Amino acid sequence: MDLSPIWLTLKLAGITTLLLLLVGLPFAWWLSRGRSFLKIIIEAIITMPLVLPPSVLGFYLLLAFSPQHGLGKWLQDTFSVQFVFSFPGLVLASVIYSMPFMVGPVKSALQQLPASLAEASYTLGKTEWQTFKSILLPNIKPSLLTAVVLTFAHTLGEFGVVLMIGGNIPGITRVASIAVYDSVERQDYAMANNYSLILFSITFVLVIAVFVFNKYQAKSPLG
Amino acid sequence: MISITIEKKLQAYHGQQVLQVDKQFATGSVTKVYGPSGSGKTTLLKIIAGLTTPEKGLIVADGVTWFNAAEKVNLPTQQRNTGFVFQQYALFPNMTVQEHLEYATADKLWIKQLLQLGKLDTLTSHKPNYLSGGQQQRLAILRAMATKPGLLLMDEPFSALDPKMKTELITELKVVLAGLGTATIIVSHNPQELEGWASQELVFGE
Repeated sequence: MDLSPIWLTLKLAGITTLLLLLVGLPFAWWLSRGRSFLKIIIEAIITMPLVLPPSVLGFYLLLAFSPQHGLGKWLQDTFSVQFVFSFPGLVLASVIYSMPFMVGPVKSALQQLPASLAEASYTLGKTEWQTFKSILLPNIKPSLLTAVVLTFAHTLGEFGVVLMIGGNIPGITRVASIAVYDSVERQDYAMANNYSLILFSITFVLVIAVFVFNKYQAKSPLG
Repeated sequence: MISITIEKKLQAYHGQQVLQVDKQFATGSVTKVYGPSGSGKTTLLKIIAGLTTPEKGLIVADGVTWFNAAEKVNLPTQQRNTGFVFQQYALFPNMTVQEHLEYATADKLWIKQLLQLGKLDTLTSHKPNYLSGGQQQRLAILRAMATKPGLLLMDEPFSALDPKMKTELITELKVVLAGLGTATIIVSHNPQELEGWASQELVFGE
């Protein structure tokens, strides 16, 4: 059995989750602070992948990053970077596609914290960054973990976007969900079952881990 | 000396009202603020701390302008060195008693003194959820004092304390705050509370 689609999927999910932690957390924090028309528009754009057919998103990404014209051509000519049918392209598409799973839960959790927590920190002379790092983030730990696991698990299961922008190149863009589809196409149901079972098991263990962690958090001992 | 002249519109149940305050607070003074709910007592404290912005006015502390609406000066909360005891305590759920104080100051000896003052020295490893209401309130007071603020703003700071604990704590606070030279403004629902301690009053809604 060729395990490369599984490793590629885990690599893609890991990198996507890490990038979304770096990008999504400050973004969620910014969105959680007050309302403005600009924030509403940006939030709507971030939420679009939840409701948009993945093939539509994949199609537009394919157009945007096609090396024949526009942004894709500029990236190709200037930096020799090609996003279409490459692993970096999969990462970019995954970051966009999974962003609502990171930003949504974190933003909601931050909004539910009493404003007085941050205010108390400011009166102690702490900056906004110190307050975010030491007060806000630690107090949304269960939501943060849920967001990380949802993002990771959602990336594991990506199909439409990945197929559109990455195609099915073994070792480069052929992730597990595409390997399942490919195996079924070839009527190799045993192989399709192997890939499916591995994906199912990984996702199930992750979700169980979140439930156990959140249950433990609720009964957190002293100190 | 802190001089405050401010004006802010408040949304009240019975319509809009205007909060107007013109007052001076001397170094080391203790001012009691009382009045009915919704009269702007908490808002005044938040304006002084820089957590809320008034429409008009001027706040000057020891020659430094904290707020000047006309010249668009608004010193950030972090630079005002005010201690704030929130009515709902605003304790950090992720931190123990010790960690609350260590977050505010690196002075170990001062932390030890504060813990003894608030009688929390045996509860240093407890998080707020495992403290009683009175213990939480004392921790909120200690945290606000940890930075040795020039001005201490307290919003109903003794409401959860039993009479004996309140009397003991106030007796100790008098000495410590006088030693620090901290001006103190205390919001209270109870006009009799703090009798013999407060050197001036600010009455709202009359």
